[in-house]
Amino acid sequence: MSPAPATSTFSRLRAAGPGNLGGVVVLALLLVLPLAAWWTGQKFYLDFATRITILAIVATSLNFILGYGGLISFGHAAFVGIGAYCVGIPAYYDLASGFVHIPLAIAASALFALVTGAISLRTRGVYFIMITMAFAQMAYYLFLSLDEYGGNDGLTIYSRSVLPPFNLEQRPQLFLLAYVSLVVVLALKHRFVNSRFGMVLRGARANETRMIAIGFNTYAYRLAAYVIAGAIAGYGGALLGNFTNFITPDMMSWTRSGDLMFMVILGGAGSLFGPVMGAVAILLLEEYLARLTVYWQLPFGLLLIATVLYQRGGLNGLIERLGGRK
Amino acid sequence: MSEPLLVITGLAKSFGGVRAIDGVDLTVEPGEVHAVIGPNGAGKTTLISQLSGLLAPDDGTIRFAGRDITRLAAHRRAPAGLARSFQITSLLTGMTVLDNVALAVQARQGHSFRFWRPAAGDRGLRDPALAALEQVGIAGRADIIVGALSHGERRQLEIAMALASRPRLLLLDEPMAGMGPEESARMIDILKGLKGTAAMLLVEHDMDAVFALADRISVLVYGKVIASGLPADIRANDAVRRAYLGEE
Amino acid sequence: MDTGLLVIQTLNGLQLGVLLFLLAAGLTLVFGIMDFVNLAHGSIYMLGAFIAASLTRLSDSFVLGVVLALPVVAIVGLVLERVVIRPLYARDHLDHVLATFGLLLAIDTLAHMIWGPEGISVLLPEWLRGQVEVLPGVIFPTYRLVIISSGLIIAVLLYWLVNHTRLGMLIRAGASNRTMVSALGINIDLLFTGVFAIGAVLAGLAGMLIAPITEAAIGMGNDIIITAFVVIIVGGIGSMKGAFIAAMLIGLIDTLGRSYLDGILKAFMPLTAAETAAPALSAMLIYILMAAILALRPQGLFPPRTR
Repeated sequence: MSPAPATSTFSRLRAAGPGNLGGVVVLALLLVLPLAAWWTGQKFYLDFATRITILAIVATSLNFILGYGGLISFGHAAFVGIGAYCVGIPAYYDLASGFVHIPLAIAASALFALVTGAISLRTRGVYFIMITMAFAQMAYYLFLSLDEYGGNDGLTIYSRSVLPPFNLEQRPQLFLLAYVSLVVVLALKHRFVNSRFGMVLRGARANETRMIAIGFNTYAYRLAAYVIAGAIAGYGGALLGNFTNFITPDMMSWTRSGDLMFMVILGGAGSLFGPVMGAVAILLLEEYLARLTVYWQLPFGLLLIATVLYQRGGLNGLIERLGGRK
Repeated sequence: MSEPLLVITGLAKSFGGVRAIDGVDLTVEPGEVHAVIGPNGAGKTTLISQLSGLLAPDDGTIRFAGRDITRLAAHRRAPAGLARSFQITSLLTGMTVLDNVALAVQARQGHSFRFWRPAAGDRGLRDPALAALEQVGIAGRADIIVGALSHGERRQLEIAMALASRPRLLLLDEPMAGMGPEESARMIDILKGLKGTAAMLLVEHDMDAVFALADRISVLVYGKVIASGLPADIRANDAVRRAYLGEE
Repeated sequence: MDTGLLVIQTLNGLQLGVLLFLLAAGLTLVFGIMDFVNLAHGSIYMLGAFIAASLTRLSDSFVLGVVLALPVVAIVGLVLERVVIRPLYARDHLDHVLATFGLLLAIDTLAHMIWGPEGISVLLPEWLRGQVEVLPGVIFPTYRLVIISSGLIIAVLLYWLVNHTRLGMLIRAGASNRTMVSALGINIDLLFTGVFAIGAVLAGLAGMLIAPITEAAIGMGNDIIITAFVVIIVGGIGSMKGAFIAAMLIGLIDTLGRSYLDGILKAFMPLTAAETAAPALSAMLIYILMAAILALRPQGLFPPRTR
């Protein structure tokens, strides 16, 4: 437990650590720069930032179970896809209310997480990784087979969720909704990981046998965490569906889960702002590498290998090291 | 006379063709220290694992505080009053000493589906945790990450974590393992200080500790209890001397 | 009941099963011996297809193409093992998964660079293009029968290798006690490299066999690799026997399910409901099967003995 809380803002900032400070800076820039660009007439950066923000929400939910809970879920993209279809399918039937879309996205993802998590979490290690992949693939094939909703060709939605007082057709408003959601999710994650629940999750990751021996039913806690993470990712999916106006089963393919995983690891698993930095870094890389060469996934893949081999703490770890912290 | 705190009857466990535990009967009275000694491979850890619920017995029953707990899920045993320390230290790596014990306190208190308040500031967890650390003598190391502890300190933490569950029976699996004479003496004092707060089933090789602490001793050889009784009687028992204490 | 259709679909199911077995065998071997999870296994499958396709075009002979492609794939496997895989043995499974995911992206892109974005078709020789009358009135493509027989022959060879040779003994010993094997003076590095190469060749061969039917295409391994994972989960990770049985089971259930499920559903569901539910359910069938088996036996059907 940390020593008695520092009193002055300055010493509290110092105690937060260079990684977190870096994260706050990134978060601030993520708000200010795109809005400034939009204000000067450049819409592209606002769209780009919206995408980053939404993926950062999803990456944060993955970090909760991966970075703190040690659950290597390679099927997280399934929740995103489910959330997106929870916008697309009602829209297909002219049901446009965001007050239906969003709760539905959260509930459907939570349910999927509950059912698949209940089975997956009985397994360990490699089995767990493979099973989560398999379940995500199952969801992919399910939506692929639904010809009514576009199947492989995808589902276009012509208007975004109606969510008064917001008008999501306006770019800055969608961006702001996403941004505020990100801040809220980050705050929730911070609270969760330091709460009693979070301590159990972290303990279970450190030494499950011990936690069972002192009296915790680790399975129940992990399942709860998995459901929470799935629900948040589903919410992100609903936002993503709104953003892209186009929903395909590809959104939940396991390679997308890999991208999310990469964001979490590159940013720094188990750190508060890591997923945000990871999302920013990966999307910037994708965007600019793709302009250089159509073969951008080659250096991308090599970068992932290099990160795994040499810099496991990710960007957050790098900043901590540069900032003087061990 | 009321039923003993722990009653093991006809316990058996085989691995492949090997009968690791072959019909063990054993009791522990409330508040007593019952030591289990025996050569390596006698089945002592297997016994503890079945008592703590990590292994399911093939046969036999375990009754604790009047209740049949033979098939009770492992995570329900500590709340039932049965806490264990591990032979090879099994701590929550990467977390502080205080966090480790606080989690044991938290397990006892319940209310772990709380998502908002930071656990770190919770005095309801901190205070009992610090008290347990005081009892074993490492309260000064509360904010140290467990990786930085010495071997002896780790074993002390093992005991503290078991104590934080406020158990009625402590299952101690070789608490002296790997300790030098000074550390052992300290551990014996700690355990002596605990006599009366909880009963103990003490599995140990260190004979000094056993004879200093035990109210009764059982000798486990090849999965069977070959002798059980007061320390003086065990010391004098021929079968025990032959099988275990060796040619003295 | 159309027996002809049943026979054909059963054979198709066996064909899929055989391919899945070739993929799963390599995966389970590598995991069983080296405790290594290889997400890029599907990319090696793809490389096998492309290499065989190129060599077939160069030599104008499919058979020659395959025969030459096999050692090339083995070399690719060797190189990958030394350069990328070996540093990862000491790491945990998350690192394996992430690094091989990166490898998958790299290999898929390399294939794109070398062979272009379009798929490459592989022409079968005359004598393989025909059909065979397996039962009176029931005809089935010759080549698919060739795939099934090749796969079964390889299964027998693998069984003999693992159970009746010194190498197989080492493989089984390595699986249960790594330190002892190296203490016996056997070169663990060489053993691991060899096992990885065998796995690569099996995967590559599966790709080569399927290429004439589906074309060699970028990313072709990325979906079937998940099915291969399902096979080894159901069969028991590390077990060859489990991989074979599970592969056949899953191949059959997937194929027969897709053919017959809507018929079965229509028997007790209103028509329109059955027609929408059937494709969805048949797509999910093998995953539901996996979930059901795991619910009862979390370690799979034939888990290898404890390591």
